[in-house]
Amino acid sequence: MWYFVSPEIVFGEGALDALDELEGHRALIVTDAMLVELGLVAQVKSHLDKAGIETHIFDAVEPDPSVQTVRRGVEVAREYEPDWIVGLGGGSPMDAAKAIWVLYERPDLDPAEINPFITLGLRQKARLITIPTTSGTGAEVTWGIVLTDTEEQRKMGVGNRENVADMAIVDPCLTVGMPPALTADTGLDALTHAVEGYTCAWHTDMTDGLCISAIRLVFEFLPRAVADGSDIEARERMHNAATCAGLGFGNAMASMAHAMGHTLGAIFHIPHGRTVGIFLPYTIEFAACAAPDRYAELAESVGCHSDAGEGKTEVALALAKCIRDLCREINSPTSIAELGIYRTAFESALDKLVDDAFNDTSMVTACRGPSYDELRQLFLYAYEGRPVDF
Amino acid sequence: MALKFPSDEWIKALSSQLNASEAYEKSAKDWEGDFIFIVEPDDAYANTDYLYLGLYHGKSPDAAMIDSEDAREAEFVLRAPYTNWRKVIEGEMDPIQGMMTRKLKVQGNMMKIMRYPKAAKEIVSCCALVPTDFGN
Repeated sequence: MWYFVSPEIVFGEGALDALDELEGHRALIVTDAMLVELGLVAQVKSHLDKAGIETHIFDAVEPDPSVQTVRRGVEVAREYEPDWIVGLGGGSPMDAAKAIWVLYERPDLDPAEINPFITLGLRQKARLITIPTTSGTGAEVTWGIVLTDTEEQRKMGVGNRENVADMAIVDPCLTVGMPPALTADTGLDALTHAVEGYTCAWHTDMTDGLCISAIRLVFEFLPRAVADGSDIEARERMHNAATCAGLGFGNAMASMAHAMGHTLGAIFHIPHGRTVGIFLPYTIEFAACAAPDRYAELAESVGCHSDAGEGKTEVALALAKCIRDLCREINSPTSIAELGIYRTAFESALDKLVDDAFNDTSMVTACRGPSYDELRQLFLYAYEGRPVDF
Repeated sequence: MALKFPSDEWIKALSSQLNASEAYEKSAKDWEGDFIFIVEPDDAYANTDYLYLGLYHGKSPDAAMIDSEDAREAEFVLRAPYTNWRKVIEGEMDPIQGMMTRKLKVQGNMMKIMRYPKAAKEIVSCCALVPTDFGN
């Protein structure tokens, strides 16, 4: 027994028009200051104006939103009493919006208490709309929430199926202004969701097709979107890819690249998509022997061929090479050293990296779970850019 | 020789497996909190049984079959029908998914459990190492 949850998804050019028909009184827009500056918040507000819905903007969400920021947002919600919460932005504002919504509805809970084993009883005060402005996180359709515990320098995964959005508006026009590096980082996040959603222990028939579709779209359209941000077809297909991947992994699970990426990102403050994208090929090389058919299917779906032989494991390993080639094509690093992290800083953090990754929620569903020592080796190989051979 | 589940011998064997597991030790090195597992009757099993598993800092100092839920103090109680326990032990049901779908019901501090998913997985891995007799 398992579940598949999804918001109503409005997608394609002009999807933001769906807000014109929204019924309600007051909307709290949870976002960041940059999106206010770029005018994207004003766009959303103008649609809500057409619907006759008052708006209040909470634009204090930082990258990797902290528990403290969420608490401030909850105070704003309690004062404003919205009947809609709108999460607008990348993963950080959307995740913050989910947490603010839950705690607005359930003031008795702490952020860390939002867990999948309880009944929340949401939608008594408000409903949630998510509007992604990047193409990668998938947070518009997932129920997971990633918050940062700033005291412990640790990312904290919380969430409950109930806190999936009521509506996700996936409008590619909002992504046209993304710079190439952000396009690349977020696109690799989508790719990692798709690969891990397809190969993790919790994948299902319901999620497999979404992951395959997303992988094909990323390989075809990410280089175009990075090369020419005004290529609206590439933007639209990448936006769809991110949402498909979000549905795929959000109803299955992420895996080892996320576990390693979470910890590296939390300690060295590297964008999430860049870290998981770096680790993805190394984790494929490590895990391919445990699920060669699954990885080979992905490789074949994007036309990756092996020079080393036609066996499933060889084809699976070719996927790692194809992903590294894709990273190079979009000017994305393929090793931790290429991130500019000095070896001394990396080695002094290595114990915490291994410890946190070993115990990360995403590690539980790896199709080949590493031992403690293997995980340390994986970090070292990823630092040096050495393909994994163990 | 296979050990009957549930039984005092079985839970003690699980405790021994945990004490020999480096992966469990690493994933639960800060864990403090004992469990009582309650095996509830269903079509395949007629009794209610109680298994106590002491867990402290990556080791299992104590384990025993007990007479009732109140016979020992424990921070966590995990209850499920016999058939669901069997599925977990045989690897057919992921324990985290089992808790999320309410097939396994947990009482205790969920925030704490959420921080140690790897430890939960390692306990199940150790269950699989105990030769188990399900009576059929």
